[in-house]
Amino acid sequence: MAESRKTIWPLLLPIYLFTLVFVFAPLVYLVVLSFMTRAEVWGAVPRLTLDNYKRILEPLYLRVFAESIRLAVSSTAIILLAGYPFGYFMARMSPRWKKRMMVLLMIPFWTSTLIRLNGWIIVFRSNGVLDKFLMALGLTDRPLKLLYSYPAVLVGMVYALLPYMILSVYSSAEKMDWSLTEAARDLGAGRFQAFVTITLKHTLPGVLSGVILTFIPSMGLFFIADLLGGNKIVLVGSVIQEQLTKGRNLPFAAALSVVLFVLTSLFIALYRRIVHTGEPEGLY
Amino acid sequence: MVVFNLTQFSGKELTALPENGRIPRNLVGIGGRINTVSDTILELKKIKKSFGGNTVLNGLDISIGRGEFLTLLGASGCGKTTTLRIIAGLEQPDGGDILLDGESILSKEPNRRNVNTVFQNYALFPNMNVEKNIGYGLKIRKRPKEEIRRRVKEMLEMVQLPGFEKRMPDELSGGQRQRVAIARAVINQPQVLLLDEPLGALDLKLRRQMQLELKRLQKKLGITFIYITHDQEEAINMSDRIAVMRNGVFEQIGTPNEIYDHPETSYVADFVGNANIYRTPDKTYAIRSENILLGGEPECMIPAVVEEKSFAGGQLRILFALEDGQKITASRYGIDYDLNTGERIAIGWKEASAAEVIDNG
Ligand SMILES: Nc1ncnc2c1ncn2[C@@H]1O[C@H](COP(=O)(O)OP(=O)(O)OP(=O)(O)O)[C@@H](O)[C@H]1O
Ligand SMILES: [Mg+2]
Repeated sequence: MAESRKTIWPLLLPIYLFTLVFVFAPLVYLVVLSFMTRAEVWGAVPRLTLDNYKRILEPLYLRVFAESIRLAVSSTAIILLAGYPFGYFMARMSPRWKKRMMVLLMIPFWTSTLIRLNGWIIVFRSNGVLDKFLMALGLTDRPLKLLYSYPAVLVGMVYALLPYMILSVYSSAEKMDWSLTEAARDLGAGRFQAFVTITLKHTLPGVLSGVILTFIPSMGLFFIADLLGGNKIVLVGSVIQEQLTKGRNLPFAAALSVVLFVLTSLFIALYRRIVHTGEPEGLY
Repeated sequence: MVVFNLTQFSGKELTALPENGRIPRNLVGIGGRINTVSDTILELKKIKKSFGGNTVLNGLDISIGRGEFLTLLGASGCGKTTTLRIIAGLEQPDGGDILLDGESILSKEPNRRNVNTVFQNYALFPNMNVEKNIGYGLKIRKRPKEEIRRRVKEMLEMVQLPGFEKRMPDELSGGQRQRVAIARAVINQPQVLLLDEPLGALDLKLRRQMQLELKRLQKKLGITFIYITHDQEEAINMSDRIAVMRNGVFEQIGTPNEIYDHPETSYVADFVGNANIYRTPDKTYAIRSENILLGGEPECMIPAVVEEKSFAGGQLRILFALEDGQKITASRYGIDYDLNTGERIAIGWKEASAAEVIDNG
């Protein structure tokens, strides 16, 4: 064991270096930056301060964080509820249909998310496609003004991130040995019981990675909120971007990023804890 | 090919009456017909199944008695697993009916059928330990924890794995996994236990040992076993009756004696007894290799040339070519036959050892 580690070490060196340079170093830089003071014109001066963090505690910014978390949690929940069955049934299709579904899922990745989100603007805007459709059906008599609202942002988030959930659930359901579910049914479990006690457990890794893959970006995807939420929905990501550009306050942007990073990590850790506590006993 | 000591299969041995004596004596020797309803636990009626235009089961008919050990014997792909899956409810037949204890179970979900399966690959739950695997059925039925613990312990003792509760499936040997799979099924006290080649993955020695254990278990529990194998020897060793399957139909159903000594078709004779098939212009006979005479007896009247000699399983096998091109194999214990390849002798057989069969290839 020790021997093989020794021999493999040089091979792993590039990976370590890469991680060090491109992941670890920027993080350290970010943390250091967040304790510095804003420079007159651009950048930061190395005068240590806690002001940046104190500023985050102002109600204005706390509300932004709360809004971001609310949006991230609810969009992740919707994505999970919609993406799990999709990935699950995709894994049960014949190989031919799997390939077709895969192509369908890949198509959105060929164009920029920004362009596709503009499609949603056309749908949501006042007197847009959705309004016209609903009015034609007689479900409403005047435009709903859905653009620049919370639901519009939610739809945008779900739309942009759903494929990641589908693909990760699919990849773990694909590895599932379905004879185990059959064995459970044979031993007396109903469809639902077999699903909960066997299938769900075996696809949990996919759910876990799917949630992580959607929750983290949904905390930070500011341009979706900007495009579909206008200035009504302000997320942490938007504030960071604003501070970097218009505000030209690098240290404060860094502090916001650090808090966002810590919060996201906490949520993921909490979630992993919940998911990993033994069997879902109560569901029997 | 191993030659069976046929005295071993006297009728009494074969019936394998369970202690509770529920199995009727008339079960044996009547070609698979059971007349009274109460003696029958499971009945398949004209079961048909095809997968995308490919007919796999083509009208299966059989009645299986209480406590009977029935073996489905047949070549790979003949539909054995499909038959079991249909009985278990994991597959819906296209036509026909299944009666369990006189009642149709066709519309019942697998979990509502009082039947359990030991799967071909065991299908043990990999993330549960042995105790949880075996206790799964009871837990699903919401039995008290204490009862589950006790009964799992009993089951483990019965399959001779005491103290294995906390082991994970990947920490077990093939034979141990197989026992856990059996325990997991049997603990639910099914009326019929379906076993899909449970010994297929084991080496020969362990297989022999497990054959005996399974048989002992079946007698003790008095549960009806439907057992799949494509090992003819295993079928003959363990079964009360054998159903020889071919192309989705039962070609012959009978006791091991009947199947082995009185094959109805050339296919059964060849598949079960590895018999020689000898064709005359108007008739077809099955003669087992150990009954081929080559010692100059009066019956030896057919000229034959030695084509090949081989030695396997303690037996010398000599392949003869007849003048019309048919091949006949003779087998003998010992290696002291000084026949050389290419040598020309006369062979034959006693009339009694040639069974007339329907020629179906
Ligand atoms: N789900 C399925 N879809 C399509 N064809 C199937 C399916 N299940 C079984 N078959 C086909 O049905 C036939 C019988 O299969 P089955 O598994 O019953 O054979 P078997 O007798 O158990 O063979 P073996 O001894 O190799 O296990 C095979 O030709 C198989 O290809
Ligand atoms: Mg099979």
